[in-house]
Amino acid sequence: MGWRGDERGRKCGSRVRNPDDVSVKPPPFKYARPESLDEVLRILSEYNGEARVLAGGQSLIPLLNFRLARPQVLVDIALVRELRQLEVERGVLRVGAAVTQNTVERSSDVARLCPLLTKALPFVGHVQNRVRGTVVGSIAHADPAAEMPAVALALQATMVARSAAGVRKIPADQFFLGPFTTALKPDEMLVEVRFPTSRKTRAAVTEVAPRSGDFAVAGVAGKLVTTRAGKARDVALALFGVGGSPQRLHDVEARLAGQRITGDLLDQVAALASHNARADSEDVHADAGYRAHVSGVLVRRAVEEMTR
Amino acid sequence: MKPVPEPTRRLPLSMTVNGRPIELMVDARKLLADVLREDLGLTGTHIGCEQGVCGACTVLVDGRPVRSCIMLGVQADGCDVTTVEGITPREGLNPMQQAFKDHHGLQCGFCTPGFLMTLAGVTPQEFPDEESIRELLSGNLCRCTGYEGIVVAVMAAWGRDR
Repeated sequence: MGWRGDERGRKCGSRVRNPDDVSVKPPPFKYARPESLDEVLRILSEYNGEARVLAGGQSLIPLLNFRLARPQVLVDIALVRELRQLEVERGVLRVGAAVTQNTVERSSDVARLCPLLTKALPFVGHVQNRVRGTVVGSIAHADPAAEMPAVALALQATMVARSAAGVRKIPADQFFLGPFTTALKPDEMLVEVRFPTSRKTRAAVTEVAPRSGDFAVAGVAGKLVTTRAGKARDVALALFGVGGSPQRLHDVEARLAGQRITGDLLDQVAALASHNARADSEDVHADAGYRAHVSGVLVRRAVEEMTR
Repeated sequence: MKPVPEPTRRLPLSMTVNGRPIELMVDARKLLADVLREDLGLTGTHIGCEQGVCGACTVLVDGRPVRSCIMLGVQADGCDVTTVEGITPREGLNPMQQAFKDHHGLQCGFCTPGFLMTLAGVTPQEFPDEESIRELLSGNLCRCTGYEGIVVAVMAAWGRDR
């Protein structure tokens, strides 16, 4: 007999009884949960680069479980009231760093004034992730396959970064530097993202993913306004999942601007989008060539949806 | 939630679990799933992937479904946590559990607590048709049933024709 039941049983029993002998996945870290933003920034400054902000933790805690991240300190922002604002002020939607994706997804103000966010959020993970995950955290994490960074880029959102030294406003097109890499400095945190609002804008998100809720192989976040004459204006299209950062398709936007959307034009912009997509992501699901091709297909579907 | 102004490795955690107030000292790095299983002996919460993908560890925090393997125990401070033990009657099964049993919604049963907790944390009205139910269930992986029995069970428990 290779397996000794009683020995195994004793082991399991003692493991439950002894609180020090437990399975722990994340590496050791110190944890703080301050009540004010100033305290958060002070800790970030004190541990310069060795402290990480914990919001929803839907990306950070898996990284800790894998021990791919080994911060000395986690600063939980759950108690910081000033990071919980979700409000429209002078035509700008301000989303604080502690606002969950689920809260934004359910907001009727956001649906009316910033429909691209509302359309994109159901694609972000699953409901269990969105209950805890934050919009701002997803943007700061800058996963190449994530929807929120592409939405920020398409809407030309403004990133508000704070550190003990002061505040910096960074336009979205200068924020995403590469996979999981942003313009934030080690002692800075993204405290708020400001999205421009518009009542006239139509929005669409199209993506290809193995299953609902999986990371996208490729996707498009887009917005445009159709004039009374049926022509497109204020067009913005951003790809995600295709390269290391979300990318705007400026040439495609220019080709659509001022035009009536016809089948011929859609064929042209799909081809142009495939040609211009800087596809360098490759994995088991798709090579770069497929990602470039499907970018065009997804741009076509997004524009069709917005002008239907 | 109580403020923790200075970084520390071990701290008090106070929460309500299945209606019972709990106070204990935990390592900051201990996951909520492990606090529930090891410190509280609530082993109905299963741990599958430990990276927030499979959904087996789903519990309710303040009434909403979350993945307890990618949430720290200390993040549940001051919260109301419900595990599968908390939705199970003393005698017998609750209607969703009974529907899973009646409609072959499980085989090995490892993923089942996660499915039950996801379903316990949503309002049926938000998922009016089979397609939306399937999308809801996509956050929980089941390797036995092929999902068919699970979808049938949910439709039955929610009084839907199929």
